[in-house]
Amino acid sequence: MTSFMLAGTNASKISSQLTMLRHQMGAPAVGMVLTLVAICDESNQYDAVRAATDAAREHPSRIVVVIARSREEPIRLDAELRIGESAPGETILLRLYGDLTRHAESVVSPLLLPDTPVVAWWPGECPQVPAKDPIGLLAQRRITDARASADSVKAIMSRSRGYVPGDTDLAWTRITPWRSLLATAFDQPVGTVESGVVEGSPGHASAPLLAAWLSERLDAPIEIAESEGPGLTSVRLATSAGDVSVTRSDSRLATLVRPGQPDRRVALARRPTSELLAEELRRLDPDDLYGAAIRHLAD
Amino acid sequence: MDTEPVAPADEARTVAAAAAAAATTEAVARANPLRDPRDKRLPRVAGPCVLVLFGVTGDLAKRKLLPAIYDLGNRGLLPPGFSLVGFARRDWQDQDFAQLTHDAIKEHARTPFREEVWKQLREGIHFVPGEFADDGAFDALAMALKEIDETRGTGGNYAFYLSVPPKFFPKVVEQLRRTGLADAPEGSWRRVVIEKPFGHDLKSAQDLNAITSAVFPESSVFRIDHYLGKETVQNILALRFANNLFEPIWNRGYVDHAQITMAEDIGIGGRAGYYDGIGAARDVIQNHLLQLLALVAMEDPTSFDANALRREKEKVLKALRLPQDLALGTARGAYTAGWQGGEPVVGYLEEDGIPADSITETYAAVKLEIANRRWAGVPFYLRTGKRLGRRVTEVAVVFQRAPHLPFSKDDIEILGQNALVIRVQPDEGITVRFGSKVPGTAMEVRDVSMDFAYGESFLESSPEAYERLLLDVLIGDPPLFPHQREVELSWRILDPIERFWASQGQPEGYAAGTWGPASADNMMARDGRVWRRL
Repeated sequence: MTSFMLAGTNASKISSQLTMLRHQMGAPAVGMVLTLVAICDESNQYDAVRAATDAAREHPSRIVVVIARSREEPIRLDAELRIGESAPGETILLRLYGDLTRHAESVVSPLLLPDTPVVAWWPGECPQVPAKDPIGLLAQRRITDARASADSVKAIMSRSRGYVPGDTDLAWTRITPWRSLLATAFDQPVGTVESGVVEGSPGHASAPLLAAWLSERLDAPIEIAESEGPGLTSVRLATSAGDVSVTRSDSRLATLVRPGQPDRRVALARRPTSELLAEELRRLDPDDLYGAAIRHLAD
Repeated sequence: MDTEPVAPADEARTVAAAAAAAATTEAVARANPLRDPRDKRLPRVAGPCVLVLFGVTGDLAKRKLLPAIYDLGNRGLLPPGFSLVGFARRDWQDQDFAQLTHDAIKEHARTPFREEVWKQLREGIHFVPGEFADDGAFDALAMALKEIDETRGTGGNYAFYLSVPPKFFPKVVEQLRRTGLADAPEGSWRRVVIEKPFGHDLKSAQDLNAITSAVFPESSVFRIDHYLGKETVQNILALRFANNLFEPIWNRGYVDHAQITMAEDIGIGGRAGYYDGIGAARDVIQNHLLQLLALVAMEDPTSFDANALRREKEKVLKALRLPQDLALGTARGAYTAGWQGGEPVVGYLEEDGIPADSITETYAAVKLEIANRRWAGVPFYLRTGKRLGRRVTEVAVVFQRAPHLPFSKDDIEILGQNALVIRVQPDEGITVRFGSKVPGTAMEVRDVSMDFAYGESFLESSPEAYERLLLDVLIGDPPLFPHQREVELSWRILDPIERFWASQGQPEGYAAGTWGPASADNMMARDGRVWRRL
């Protein structure tokens, strides 16, 4: 890993420094498929960079991390460039001071890879309408994370107000394995679902989201109940033929129960942020089903 | 929201990706309210089923199949209740087979070992001991499968993977018929998976097919050519049919010739019994190289479904023409003692188990032409060999020289022909070679390479070919498996060459670690061409 600090700099100096570092390492900037812009603060930047770097193993990217520092300071831009041998792509950490914190896009925009997709990610708090945020405007995919909000459930409930196609939330990504397993359970006819319950630890944003998706798809009332967790612990659906349920208490192995069939255990582990991010980056087109689920959730 | 942000064109989606995502069809979505064609996050998962593996103690099972099954599980692609039944001539219990599987996974799996995935897999592992001739063993297998249906909810869906030498096929298939395991009750399926070699000539391929087709319908027979499961090979389709850049020049108007190479640095190792009498052409050209040729040369299929794809491949294979004079249009050789990558190695005839008068070739090169409008007059050179300089498989499409070069002869002395190279393995990717000015005051033009490395732009490690193919078997998706007609067409190409070679005595020697016999180079030289230096 080669790292380089630039204090009191600007975007064009950063660009030429990057080019120089690449030449020094003999690694041309080929193969990077997208630019990931993470909007962080100093407290969550370490985890964000780590997750993004891991995800970059699957999607080689230029990672631009925007960290807003004190607004009271004079205007100043500090940059840290990292080009690793261990991971593909490159990471640029930008620290913004003074009024520049309000014009981050002016630094980010010239650092985007030309002619490739841009993804914005808010690992912490996010703007009301991500698509109208100056950095969000540069991106065609915007990723938020309701779990980072003080009130996650409220955050996910209100996502539909600021929704623009291209938005997704990691709370949605977290339930993909659950959705996949439930979909498998319905591959063979089960009968009509009359009602259901999703259980999860209190304040877990994914529980209401999963319930909303199920309710929207199955056209049945789905309730939310609290459990001791961790995370989601069970989904029970009452069908005309009997109960279909998925239960997971140890956050790793789940049990699938279908009427008229033996119980089966299925690996259903909780996933680290890097894997969630990698899943997000696999699809760069709008996720209509997420849109439908949060709209249903808000109703 | 009225102000939808204007994003740069979303070019990340390719036709290939769209084709791969088409797994959730409208019909599936109607039957299952939780599925939606727009829901691209949900992976293609097979329905509940059992995989019965014959030949579990073989090298392939340990190195490829069992790890691939685990990797599928780790990626969440195995259905709940998936069960794996091993069958072999061992006095084993379930736990012995589980131990073998566990060890194979630990050693060879691509993805990290996770306890919960192993637990899920372990619950479905069963073992049935017995010999192929033993009726009792197969009755026990049928009983075991019935029990698994009850305890695991696998619904009578069985895939039989025959990872055994072809001489056992008749016995196994007959046993499956006798025990009724080959007949799928209404609403379930039975599939049989066989590995190459699919015979050693047209006749034996037809005989072999007669055995399986007497019991299983063609649609239930999955022939594995693991090359077709490789991401880079599937990418040939994306490269050709998702882009507009290459197709206009993909014809006799611009292409000079193509070279398809599969080189191995290893010798025959412990495969003497199989290899002698078979040789490089039957082992590699008949299946892998002709399949690669078909994908590179075929017209665009109407869709990526199995029928459309196979039809186009068959058309190309039918249009293949052998050289007029087989002595001039083919070459073969056998390695002699030499130095391979810094180590002294023995020659083919000195290998254990190889008779001194063996006429089997370890190197084969063939020049083929395709009699159609697109390719008339463009030779396709196929070569494969053991103990060559290094391990590499690639398809190189070499373009004609520019019709007019407004440079002085000295300036372009070292300018070669443009080439597009699809690197299949290792270091998967695509290279484009073209001329570029050497910096300086003179107008000197020289070849440069532009490179796309698969591992750099996408997955850190792409799924193994066997993962993809096993998943396709369990889902019942056949496009990546050659049809019997393709197998027979390939033998029709190769049989005359093999007959000619059989009449020519021992093949020419080439020193291990070099790039094949002189006759192969001469074959190219007669056409005014050279093999790419790999």
